[in-house]
Amino acid sequence: MLNQNDIFQTLDMIDKRHLDIRTITMGISLRDCAHPDVKTSCDKIYDKITRRAENLVSVGEQIEREFGIPIVNKRISVTPIAMVAESSETDSYVPFAETLDRAAKTCGVNFIGGFSALVQKGCTKGDRILIESIPEAMARTERVCASVNVGSTKAGINMNAVSLMGKIIKDTARITADNDGLGCAKLVVFCNAVEDNPFMAGAFHGVGEPECVLNVGVSGPGVVYHALKNVKGQPFDEVAETIKKTAFRITRMGQIVGNEASKRLGVPFGIVDLSLAPTPAVGDSVARILEEMGLETCGIHGTTAALALLNDAVKKGGVMASNHVGGLSGAFIPVSEDEGMIAAAESGVLTLNKLEAMTCVCSVGLDMIAVPGDTTADTISAIIADEAAIGMVNSKTTAVRIIPAPGKTVGDRVEMGGLLGSAPVMPVYNQSTADFIARGGRIPAPLQSLKN
Amino acid sequence: MKAIVTVVGKDQVGIIASVCNHLAQHNVNVLDISQTVMQGYFTMMMVVDVSSANKPLEDLSVLMEEAGKQSNLTIRVQREDIFEAMHRV
Repeated sequence: MLNQNDIFQTLDMIDKRHLDIRTITMGISLRDCAHPDVKTSCDKIYDKITRRAENLVSVGEQIEREFGIPIVNKRISVTPIAMVAESSETDSYVPFAETLDRAAKTCGVNFIGGFSALVQKGCTKGDRILIESIPEAMARTERVCASVNVGSTKAGINMNAVSLMGKIIKDTARITADNDGLGCAKLVVFCNAVEDNPFMAGAFHGVGEPECVLNVGVSGPGVVYHALKNVKGQPFDEVAETIKKTAFRITRMGQIVGNEASKRLGVPFGIVDLSLAPTPAVGDSVARILEEMGLETCGIHGTTAALALLNDAVKKGGVMASNHVGGLSGAFIPVSEDEGMIAAAESGVLTLNKLEAMTCVCSVGLDMIAVPGDTTADTISAIIADEAAIGMVNSKTTAVRIIPAPGKTVGDRVEMGGLLGSAPVMPVYNQSTADFIARGGRIPAPLQSLKN
Repeated sequence: MKAIVTVVGKDQVGIIASVCNHLAQHNVNVLDISQTVMQGYFTMMMVVDVSSANKPLEDLSVLMEEAGKQSNLTIRVQREDIFEAMHRV
């Protein structure tokens, strides 16, 4: 029998601690939509997405009302478009992005992911066309998210793709300069990209996935932060225990919502992504959790250790609460989307170097970071290479979502709006990496033994 | 199907009567009630059976929320499963 305490504890988490289901994301395979004619292929894509995801938003809202828990985003991910569009005779995939955008609007979802290419070992013709279409696609669409996987633990790092992505990010920023380079906020460069990630901007429906699947991403930094307030001054064993228990509760919520949604939509349930995804709202910050552990500001010495504990405890707590776990699973550290990170970066304490160290122990990587508009493409490529190397060597997913904000310099702020938040422009090294990036080729896959 | 009704607000005459009245109108059967008044604030939790209710649960939760607003009360109707999932292994 439930007692009154349990019930009001849950209500308190929802009302005051920002507990919510961050996203239910429907993955849809578009492998049967390829066609030599672009228009025919686009029509097939539009029809399939709008048919499959027709009730996604209404079912999501129904569940929200019945369970009394907010489901913040309803989203769609699709097969990497480079694979679908490759059969079409064209030299630009922008029409495919526009089709995805139109389908997203018809279904009422706020983002659709999968304008993607997987090029960790090399580019096919379609991969190259897709990558080159990204800047224009990001400028012409509102809801489409792009991602490119440039490395993996098994394949190494494709440095030609790394070099190309530096230029593509710069072009995307330039072409969306009127919005502070907003296009770059919808573009992620991955190493070890996962196939079942429900979170944007990096979601795509992997090749090993079924025809259609429903993945859920949970959230709750505010709940964890509040729980840690009750164990002030206690040893880390207690901190880890508290985070595990809290993560268990949060994840159970995701599991039950996912089960219910998959039943009503008639689509198999994929995974719960055990994540702490912050928002710019006060009280919903991952940085503040690290500070609650005893650090004056996020980014100082000790931050990496605190984050390592947090990330591991979230996974341990969540794993038992769900029958299938996947996606990125871990704590996210997107600077612009986290009120505590914004404050720490603005005070100059949280730097790019520390963020890079933090990405060694948490989910994903350098996320939603604004750098000066005059940062060169080579420097951006070098940042991507560093981050991909961390992912490759540590067998984890890493990513770079960086905004070289046109016309802005250190001390300025980039406003993205909504859940994307705002980011202070952070300094980068100005010394040249041109010769390093110009080499091209591949960095070989690392040894999986003799680990030191 | 069971649901949990929670009512929170400033204590006043007739809260239980009015909530039960609304539930009865929609043919919802009350199985259990527990309530306390803490520092002038009324909190009540009810376990109800909505199997033979004359409206789907999602509409019921909206109607009860609106009924609560008229008397300055926060009334929620939520499926029991979510609390069970969160607090029971």
